[in-house]
Amino acid sequence: MFTPILTRNFNLGHPASLKEYEASGGYLGLRKALGMTPEEATKEVLDSGLRGRGGAGFPTGRKWGLLDRKSPPPKYFLVNADEMEPGTFKDRFIMELDPHELIEGALISGYATGIDKCYVFIRYEYAEATDALDVAMAEARDAGYIGDNILSSGFKMDMVIHRSAGRYECGEETGLLNALEGKRANPRSKPPYPTVKGLFMRPTLVNNVETVANVPHIFSMGAEAWKTVAVSEGGAGVKLYGVSGRVNKPGLVELPIGTPLRELIFTHAGGMREGYTFKACLPGGASTPLLTPDHLDVPMDFDPVAKVGSRMGTGCVTVLDQTCCIVRAMINLLIFFQRESCGWCTPCRDGLPFVLDILQRIEDGTAVREDISILEENCEVIYPNSFCAFAPGAVDPVRSMLRLFRDEVDEHINLGRCPLKTR
Amino acid sequence: MTMPEIAKERIEELKARVASMEHPDEALVDLMHEVQAGLGYLSDEGVELVARIAGVNPMKVEQLATFYNLIYRRPVGRKVIHVCDSISCWVVGADDIFEYLKNKLGVELGGTTIDGAFTLLPICCLGACHVAPAMMIGEKLYGDLTPEKIDRILEQERI
Repeated sequence: MFTPILTRNFNLGHPASLKEYEASGGYLGLRKALGMTPEEATKEVLDSGLRGRGGAGFPTGRKWGLLDRKSPPPKYFLVNADEMEPGTFKDRFIMELDPHELIEGALISGYATGIDKCYVFIRYEYAEATDALDVAMAEARDAGYIGDNILSSGFKMDMVIHRSAGRYECGEETGLLNALEGKRANPRSKPPYPTVKGLFMRPTLVNNVETVANVPHIFSMGAEAWKTVAVSEGGAGVKLYGVSGRVNKPGLVELPIGTPLRELIFTHAGGMREGYTFKACLPGGASTPLLTPDHLDVPMDFDPVAKVGSRMGTGCVTVLDQTCCIVRAMINLLIFFQRESCGWCTPCRDGLPFVLDILQRIEDGTAVREDISILEENCEVIYPNSFCAFAPGAVDPVRSMLRLFRDEVDEHINLGRCPLKTR
Repeated sequence: MTMPEIAKERIEELKARVASMEHPDEALVDLMHEVQAGLGYLSDEGVELVARIAGVNPMKVEQLATFYNLIYRRPVGRKVIHVCDSISCWVVGADDIFEYLKNKLGVELGGTTIDGAFTLLPICCLGACHVAPAMMIGEKLYGDLTPEKIDRILEQERI
């Protein structure tokens, strides 16, 4: 039986107080880290195999290593709490139920990388999470965890919450930098990477909430013990998975990374609701290609999901049942993407509405067969030619539809209407 | 009147806070929220006030105000209802929720009820997919929506 690590305080049902957090072993990781050199602490995270939980899966220890530790302050550590990937609801719970976990993780990250200023960039809609984090930060300040001489180690770090005002593009790593600087959240060209020139053109690290929340446990358990919880080959650690859609128990669950998709949906989420069957799913948000019943045995980890042609993304699965028209589902995604496009580059700003238009005509039954190849061509042109990862993420599910559900798309053309006129 | 409703003393406080910051532009989003709170939306005069407090050109504030979907540049009702229209809510029937709300309130998306109580807007995923379909009224989240539940919620929220 798996014992929760990241979510061990979630059953309290309220934000764990400092006392409650410490009673569960909290801030031991920080004490351990402060006993190491920053280089040793970075190596610990590298050895743990932790990969970015925001969706891209970049090795966290390697990212930290890219930051020039010797460059003078200011340097910035940014916690990306702008959770806005459709279907994703994991970071919310960390901040609402165990905010100190995030604070401790940020402190260790700052120590390891020689950074003394942390911003938590949080979406406006997460009012409850913001309040919980605010209270926890005040507690941590009073207890000497945040401040000028943390636990008498000489290490100092300040933490500030930045409350945003909407827009998905703010969560893009470089868009987030611009947003914090008081500019429109358009992406920046890379290089220079944020680790070299980031916030206010200073070296900056950006990590997702779940990534940061894992850090304390890597130190309190030891990198090896944390890493070997994984059940996938080459995997590392634990993962917060979510399942939504017409399943019996939609919700969040912490499991060893690499837990098979089937187990996630049919055991932990209680299987499909009566009368509904599993048709497909988005394994980790609106920008991840579809998986079908053929893929149910895939281990939910970065590499295995990539191997079957998708991405694990955020690990929050959206299940589509037999009543969902795949074309209509893609229309839903594209309405989201074309609305949230920041408009900076042409393939995204002008291309996505075009893709949406074709999808809508297929659904309405007014498209002709040739439109399918135009749709395909558009996706292939948009994918490699846009400025940031937004537009590739927008067309990737559509490409997967054309690959996996071609019959259903064709049927729309043949019938001149949607074959599943249910919604 | 479209002058922002905000106390003179508060404006001075905000000016002092911004003046003490190393990067005053960082405060622009906070300032927009704060000035918006009075009228419920950010009027032209509100944009100018934010610019004055931060010591920047009003065009810079306008660029930001028109970028963020939670900064309203047009008048809204006393409360804004944001209904999630993303995939996880759609799968469990968000379209029906939209239809119900539109009929119940007698408005289209973007519209404000005749009594000025509510403005209805779509929003991207609220991160509440475990309780889909979901919506947010003001800053309060509501999930597992059904027509009956919506009736009760609107009754409570109407001011």
